Amino acid sequence: MSAAVRLAVLATLVLLGGCDREQRDPRPNARRDTDEQAVAVTTLEPGGERPSPSDPKAQHFADNAYQMSEGKRLYSWFNCSGCHANGGGGMGPALIDDKWIYGASVESVHATIRDGRPNGMPSFGNKVPDDQIWQLAAYVRSMAGLASSAASPGRNDDMMARPSENRPGAASEGKSP
Amino acid sequence: MRPSRGFAAALFLPAFLAGCSGWQSALDPKGPAAEELARLIWFFTLLSVAVWLLVMIVLSIAILRRRRQHSDPLAVDARGDRIARRVVSVAVGATGVVLVGLTLLSFFANRTLAGIGTQAAVTIRVTGHQWWWEVRYEDERPARVVTSANEIHVPAGEPVELVLSSTDVIHSLWVPNLAGKLDLIPGRENVLRFVAAEPGTYRGQCAEFCGAQHAHMALVVVAEPRPAFEAWLDRELRPAHPPPPGVPMAGQDVFLGRGCMMCHRIRGTLAGGTTGPDLTHLASRSTLGAGTLEMSRGNLAAWIADPHGIKPGVHMPVMGLGGDELNQVVAYLERLE
Repeated sequence: MSAAVRLAVLATLVLLGGCDREQRDPRPNARRDTDEQAVAVTTLEPGGERPSPSDPKAQHFADNAYQMSEGKRLYSWFNCSGCHANGGGGMGPALIDDKWIYGASVESVHATIRDGRPNGMPSFGNKVPDDQIWQLAAYVRSMAGLASSAASPGRNDDMMARPSENRPGAASEGKSP
Repeated sequence: MRPSRGFAAALFLPAFLAGCSGWQSALDPKGPAAEELARLIWFFTLLSVAVWLLVMIVLSIAILRRRRQHSDPLAVDARGDRIARRVVSVAVGATGVVLVGLTLLSFFANRTLAGIGTQAAVTIRVTGHQWWWEVRYEDERPARVVTSANEIHVPAGEPVELVLSSTDVIHSLWVPNLAGKLDLIPGRENVLRFVAAEPGTYRGQCAEFCGAQHAHMALVVVAEPRPAFEAWLDRELRPAHPPPPGVPMAGQDVFLGRGCMMCHRIRGTLAGGTTGPDLTHLASRSTLGAGTLEMSRGNLAAWIADPHGIKPGVHMPVMGLGGDELNQVVAYLERLE
């Protein structure tokens, strides 16, 4: 095999890696989602992150550019900024730093939005469809720079209060208090 | 072969001409702005056809007529050259005159368009969303300001001012029977003024590609006589009727409890979302999903159960309602008149 062919094969393989980045579902399943979802029954644990049960859906939504951009739209539509500001925190905790009270995994963030958390976070499980909660969870992780920077949303068209999601976040820049 | 082809053409011609009139056609003007534009379209088209025919005739003559042959290849035909020079000069001059003439014509047409409706009494703010139209009727008294969607009601025979803007991408409002296109641009306000000369229902369409469902982003302009318009506006200003007890009342609970209210507003209830269309008087509108479906109980249920089957990529999510919940919420929504 000549060097050129080897290079072409390598380049193709590298390009194939990007195939799932934008994968979207133009027609989500309209049937009622009756799958039982795991619910964590206790909020008490001795320090550290309590692992949330893993979910097959997490794979589909996390690190997917389309789902994260939908999540970004919903973040502003559903006024998450009302408590979390633009991620810097206000009445609710900051989302762009590296402090995750209830876990940083996409399953944990999904459970936080779906079931709510003590001291203020309401439950949106009955208000927001499950797919949209997963989109929000995937996006919230990108705010802290936890999602792949190749798939995270880029710069806004208007003025932003923080670096865009595909830049190193406040957490990795060490600006977090 | 030839006669049958001619027959087919004769058969299709009326079908094409039928497209020239109707509730969405620039060639069937129902207002001064559209009339001006239709005049311009016809004049441009006819003149271009005439020029094209003339060119084709001259070209045919030039091809068919044999050039005079000279025995001496170096002989100079002074008379022939003079005539050719004159013909070409006249043709170039005529082209210039036609082009300048058409430019002037479109300039004066633009001036006429700009002068239409400068004293508009009705101001309506139209905001483009992916993929629907938010329509807000402005008034000096805040209590008389009302928001609706996908239908613009205007008084017939009066100048109307539309203030156009967008929240996401560039859209373009085009109601061919009434006026020309004008873009809705995020962060900018464009003003479109027109007069609907006679009462009627005119269809409009987004005329700037704006995403997956650009083709399903239509709206209806309803022009009514002034008293009917006032009566409609008064009805529109009222909050929604409380639903009768039973299934519709249960539907309201579903609407408020299952997340419809995260995006939609129904005045008179707790639902106050502004990112989706206002549904206060949903059932009084003639279409669903921005001109995608006709308003009916069945279409309403289909739309809620599977919006992506009708408009793939639409921002309305699958709500995952059960059969009973769907029935209840449709019973509630179809009474919002």
